[in-house]
Amino acid sequence: MNSNITNEGLILACSAIGAGIAMIAGVGPGIGQGIAAGYGASAVGRNPGAKGDVTSTMLLGQAVAETTGLYGLVIALLLFYANPLLNRFLKL
Amino acid sequence: MVNVAANAPLLLSGVGGMRAVLSGDGVDFFIHELVPYNFFGHTVYLTTTHVCELIVIVGIIIFALVARHSIMHAKTVPTGMQNVVELLVETLEKYVRSAMGTHTKPSYVNYIGTIILLIFLCNISGIIGLRAPTADYGTTLCLAIFSVSMIQYNNIKHNKIAAFTSLFKPIPLLFPINLIGEFATVVSLSLRLFGNVMAGTVMIALYYGMLPIFAKIGIPAFLHAYLDVFSGAIQAYVFTMLTMVFITDKLEG
Repeated sequence: MNSNITNEGLILACSAIGAGIAMIAGVGPGIGQGIAAGYGASAVGRNPGAKGDVTSTMLLGQAVAETTGLYGLVIALLLFYANPLLNRFLKL
Repeated sequence: MVNVAANAPLLLSGVGGMRAVLSGDGVDFFIHELVPYNFFGHTVYLTTTHVCELIVIVGIIIFALVARHSIMHAKTVPTGMQNVVELLVETLEKYVRSAMGTHTKPSYVNYIGTIILLIFLCNISGIIGLRAPTADYGTTLCLAIFSVSMIQYNNIKHNKIAAFTSLFKPIPLLFPINLIGEFATVVSLSLRLFGNVMAGTVMIALYYGMLPIFAKIGIPAFLHAYLDVFSGAIQAYVFTMLTMVFITDKLEG
C-alpha cells in the first residue's frame, strides 16, 4: 500500500495527538481546585469573619495545585510551537 | 502529496522560543525578533519581550519619580499622590508582615515590593496592547533564579553548616532527592508564572485572531479582566507569597 504521508507529516500529526494527550493533565488540578474551593466555601460559611484569610489561603493552595496542569500545558505548547522532535529529525 | 518539508523550518525555534506558524491567520502571540546582534559568536535578538519590559520599567520609573517628589514635599496632612504612595507602602509592608511574621525586615519588604510590582505590571500590560513580558520563559526563569538565590542566601546565612547537613536528613540515602527538591523550586516558580500568563496570552490572541469583527467589540473586556488583571494579580501574589513562605521556612528550620 502506497501512503502519501511524509516523515515530517507523521511527526507533526503525532505531536498534535501528544499535545492533546498532554492536556489531560488539566483534569487533576481541576478536581483539586474544586475540592479546595468547596472547603473554602464551607469554612467561610462556618466562620464568615475569617473570609479574607480563608480566601487568600484557598487561592494560594489552588495556584500551587495548578502547577501540574501547567506542566502539561507547557509541554503541549512546546509540541506545537517549538517542536523538539521535528528539530531532531531535520538535523539527522 | 502535501509538501510539509517546505513549511518545516518555520517550526524551528530560536533562542527566544516560538516562531510564527500561524502567521497567515492573524493569530499572533509569538515573540518577534526585532534587532539582531552578535553575542560572542551567536546571533541573538532584541525581542518584543525586551521592548515591552522596558516600557513597563519606564512606567515604574516615572511613577517612582513622581512618588519621590511627593514624599520629598510631604505634608503633615497627606493629600493626593502622597496618600497613594503611603497606602501602597503600608499595604506592602502589611502583606510581608502577614506572611513572615517576626522575621520581617525592611530589606524583605523592599525585595518583595519590587518584585510584586514588576510582575503585576508585566502581567497586566496586555490590556494596553503589549505582549506580556512574563509570557517569555526567559523573564520568569530570571525572576525565579533571583528568588531562589534569596532563599538559599538566607538558608546559608541563618543555618550555617546545617544548611548542607539538612540535605542528608532523615537518612543519607535521600540526599539526591533533597538536592533535586531544592532546585525544583526554580522550575516550579518559573513555570507556574510562565504557564499562567502564556495561557492568557494565547487565549486572548486566539479570540482576537479567529473571530469576526463584531465579536471583538466590548466582549474582550471581560476576557482581559479575567485573564490579564485577575489571573495576573493572583500570580503576582502567589509568586511573592511562595518566596516568603520558603524564606520563612528556611529561617525557622
